Amino acid sequence: MEKRNILQRIFLFYYNGFKSMTVGKTLWTIIIIKLIIMFLILKPFFFPNVLKRNFKTPEERSRYVIENLTNTNK
Amino acid sequence: MVEHIDLVNWSRAQFALTAMYHWVFVPLTLGLAYIMAFMETIYVRTGDEEWKRITKFWQTLFGVNFAIGVATGLILEFEFGTNWSNYSWFVGDIFGAPLAIEGIMAFFMESTFIAIMFFGWNKVSKKFHLLSTWLVALGANLSALWILVANAWMQYPAGMHFNPDTARNEMHNFWEVLFSPVAINKFLHTITSGYVLAAVFVIGISAWFLLKGRHILMAKRSIVIASVFGLISALYLAFTGDGSAYQVAQKQPMKLAAMEGLYEGRNAAGLVVVGVLAPDKEVDNEKDPFIFKVEIPKMLSFLGYRNSEAFVPGIKDIINGGYTFVDKDGNEQIALSAEEKIKRGKIAIQALADYRNASDIGNKEEKLQQKALLDENFKYFGYGYLNNPKSIVPNVPLTFYSFRIMVGLGFLFIAFFVVILVLVMREKLTQYRWILWISVFLIPFAYIASQAGWIVAEVGRQPWVIQDILPTVAAVSRIDAGAVQVTFVLFSIIFTLLLIAEIKIMLKQIKIGPKEGGE
Repeated sequence: MEKRNILQRIFLFYYNGFKSMTVGKTLWTIIIIKLIIMFLILKPFFFPNVLKRNFKTPEERSRYVIENLTNTNK
Repeated sequence: MVEHIDLVNWSRAQFALTAMYHWVFVPLTLGLAYIMAFMETIYVRTGDEEWKRITKFWQTLFGVNFAIGVATGLILEFEFGTNWSNYSWFVGDIFGAPLAIEGIMAFFMESTFIAIMFFGWNKVSKKFHLLSTWLVALGANLSALWILVANAWMQYPAGMHFNPDTARNEMHNFWEVLFSPVAINKFLHTITSGYVLAAVFVIGISAWFLLKGRHILMAKRSIVIASVFGLISALYLAFTGDGSAYQVAQKQPMKLAAMEGLYEGRNAAGLVVVGVLAPDKEVDNEKDPFIFKVEIPKMLSFLGYRNSEAFVPGIKDIINGGYTFVDKDGNEQIALSAEEKIKRGKIAIQALADYRNASDIGNKEEKLQQKALLDENFKYFGYGYLNNPKSIVPNVPLTFYSFRIMVGLGFLFIAFFVVILVLVMREKLTQYRWILWISVFLIPFAYIASQAGWIVAEVGRQPWVIQDILPTVAAVSRIDAGAVQVTFVLFSIIFTLLLIAEIKIMLKQIKIGPKEGGE
């Protein structure tokens, strides 16, 4: 029998593992759908990082936060 | 109705919703991983194939729970950046560092060994597989450690100083953050609550098998492991609960007062075991806070201060100040009134504004003066956003009742594990079908207890995001409340669908049972 190197063995370990899954296939489908919803829909459309989006530098961000924190009448 | 709920409340509601749903999935992972590891250890030591079959069955349910719950916590991190941007910036690396460590170390460790645990049966050696299972359990618990350290810091900010140039808190002592007494107690108490939940879960499912007359040996063996693990965990949970409450008494006296419905402080204060709060009780009226209560004399003073005669401040005392307490350096101090703290908080906020202005015009002397003023008053910084002393009072009924639900169920579980263990040892468990049914119906109560614990911790510390330093009202981003409402509804739908999926897949796997259970 042909002797495989470590990388091939790791690949085959995962390949055979995924191939022989039963309920795991359903679970992976759910995980992938969940990650797509989270990272391709929720994050870009509903959850931008407000400070990173609106300000380019850390100085601008800190200035904005200080304004927010010190202007208590807003 | 909607127009009366402002941005802060919607942002809080959204965070509470996502955190509570996230916590539906997490605790079972924490405890079940260890239960599986114990089962597999017995398999490796005895070579009994039945133990392997048992381990694989619970591993399947663990996999379902892990897969559905994984990454739900990331949504909380999305919310930090969008809804709580002031807070995210203000906490700086103190919050970011533990979360980053969690991501790099624990999550990857957990994920790597999970693959070996699921795919490695008969492919790696028995001992290496067992090691992987133990490392999955350890990894899951390490993940929880870093999250809970971050949360504990919000309850008791330690090991940091505020940098007025960047408006960020900077960590000056990592170990103080990691080993703060609040963090240690919170971590131990929270993970053991997960162990108890998992034990109740395993006993409940196994009891169902016994009721149905299926997989009897597996069910009995699982019950033995889970009841021993559950009993030890539940006793330790009570011990760490005492430690947590002690820390609350020292660091968050208002939370303790709300947990106890204690409006007027007193020496030798009793602990309310059960009670009904008067719905019309307010801070500024003289009505009796209780319609009915059963109290253990002096117990609150003893548990809170390790002295049965100690004075426990009530809600009014904390608002009015004037009582004596021991600060974190062990010195006796007279408590300031909330009004005085608000005054000092406003001085701190103004000093930050003036520091910034002085910095802009390059006035070094003024900067130093304002920095000194800010440092002097920084521990009251958050009070400066409040206008009414009464706003430091959290929701008393919610905190009070949640605390009793959590503690009551915690003690019920201790009794439950003892009863189950005794019946198992006498080989009489199957004779008492009603106990088996109780075991099944107790599963949701373990989740209720766990959620109630978080309600006590998080509602009880309101109005603070960071205790005394930043209230929710100042932490929230200035964004459109409508967007928050939309995502609130969206999350309600997504998480409910995930929960339904979890329950359906789990029920299917339980129905299939251990023999044919998939991987």
